[in-house]
Amino acid sequence: MLGLVSNDGVTLEDSGLGESPLAVRGLTVSYGQKPAVFSVDMTVQPGAMTAIIGPNGAGKSTLLKAALGIVNPLSGQVTVFGQPLEAQRARIAYVPQRASVDWDFPTRVIDVVLMGLSRELGLLGRVRARHKACAMDCLNRVGMRDFADRQIGQLSGGQQQRVFLARALAQGADLYLLDEPFAGVDAATEKAIIAVLKSLKEAGKTVVVVHHDLATVTDYFDHVFLINTRKVAEGPVSEAFTAETLQAAYGGRLATAQIDQISRALG
Amino acid sequence: MSGEEFVPLSLTPLLIGTFAAIACALPGNFLVLRKQALIGDAISHVVLPGIVVAFLVTGAISTWPMMLGAAGAAIVAVVLIEAIRRLGQIEPGAAMGVVFTTMFAAGVLLLEQTDTSTVHLDVEHALYGNLESLIWLDATGWGSLLDVEALAGLPPELPRIALTLVGVSVFTWLFWRPLKISTFDEGFARTIGIRTGALGMALVITAAIAAVAAFDAVGSIIVIAMFICPPAAARMLTNRLEAQIAWSIVFATASAVSGYVLAGYGPLWLGGSDAVSAAGMIATMSGLILAAAAMFGPCRAHIGAHTST
Repeated sequence: MLGLVSNDGVTLEDSGLGESPLAVRGLTVSYGQKPAVFSVDMTVQPGAMTAIIGPNGAGKSTLLKAALGIVNPLSGQVTVFGQPLEAQRARIAYVPQRASVDWDFPTRVIDVVLMGLSRELGLLGRVRARHKACAMDCLNRVGMRDFADRQIGQLSGGQQQRVFLARALAQGADLYLLDEPFAGVDAATEKAIIAVLKSLKEAGKTVVVVHHDLATVTDYFDHVFLINTRKVAEGPVSEAFTAETLQAAYGGRLATAQIDQISRALG
Repeated sequence: MSGEEFVPLSLTPLLIGTFAAIACALPGNFLVLRKQALIGDAISHVVLPGIVVAFLVTGAISTWPMMLGAAGAAIVAVVLIEAIRRLGQIEPGAAMGVVFTTMFAAGVLLLEQTDTSTVHLDVEHALYGNLESLIWLDATGWGSLLDVEALAGLPPELPRIALTLVGVSVFTWLFWRPLKISTFDEGFARTIGIRTGALGMALVITAAIAAVAAFDAVGSIIVIAMFICPPAAARMLTNRLEAQIAWSIVFATASAVSGYVLAGYGPLWLGGSDAVSAAGMIATMSGLILAAAAMFGPCRAHIGAHTST
């Protein structure tokens, strides 16, 4: 293998960091005495849909936030497409948890989507017709075109989630990171979101989703990353999403009946 | 009223009151949305130790050292509030409460230890300001606005608050987009490379500077009112931040002008003989505007009515 030799003599491609859209090494995050994420390694596969799975409080969202520099890790290294995060920000789109923002904020649906274009617009660039057209196109892709002029507080939870996804689409990224996009949304929204995510994958983009619904993992995702503060398992769904790994991640918190059900679904 | 009377006696207090109101209302829009609006209250208390220290250092009552002391104390306070909030994981309201009571108490202790008999640092002056006294005696009419000699006699508070207003406006205009995005969605803002911590700090420091300049000219009661009332009233008239800011400027101006006029002439119209405090009346007017918006504003129903679950 040519080039790309890091300081300690290990080639980046050998270690898998070079090609991965998002690679995390030795990541530890703590909100107090107790670490929320402890010494986690993760290598996201390009062009795949990956689910981050684990019980409540297992550090799923924290892992995502630390990888994105939203929270500061105690230690660890993050590379995005083989480079430091700061150099690759334009290639990342992030959809936060819906409940993390104040939906009474005085703004309209279209304005939220236009936030996805703020890198292009810069500090003082004017919003022009082509920016508006791009935002409307993104709203159309999530089935929210008719809501462009609504105040965001007037939307249902599922509609708000779709607006967030439209904002991410407007960013035109190569790597999409979504934090619980299916939490508390209606069935129609879940269908619309998964259709958009699958179209992104078909276009060669990489999608990572913090996910809580174990029943849909096999339908929606190619890869899983199981976490419970530490990494439990990582790999293709058929290998890493098993009764054993689930038991290890959830411990007693997952009913045996649920594990049996999943085992049967997995065949 | 003729220009001969209006220009020397009322024009400068009206302008100073209006500029101060707008300079506070502009950052107030973001502070209210960030649930940090009480920072105006906090700043008006923490400037006391700053003013006392400036007096101790210079030994004289002069404006610039006192303003620098006040601004220094305000900046120390906002940095402390941010530090306590982030390091202690404490909600912003509590962090503000801790910092401003402590610093105000320290100011009182300092004041007690100094010889205050020769110093005019009385509380009433600080609270209500002295808007009516900011007159322009060198003016003889509208023509004085073009008279260089007369302009030299303008109260120094006027150029100071005008400059502050320009600074606050430029900051809001320049950082409009990142301020809006990071106020709405801080996590997303960080992922697109906005340095939200530095920006939030710049916002409260801008607010602190506006507060200190306005405090010097018109007293703290207007500062506290203008950080909250015009933006909160404007929020109930519109669902767009751009329009909210425009309305907050309208309300700040309306409060300042109507408050000043009512304070000067209201009692006379009612058959009384003495004018009342202009600062008090301006703050009252802003409260009345807020009350009217809360009762009749078209967008009041959405605020807090929709929970994000």
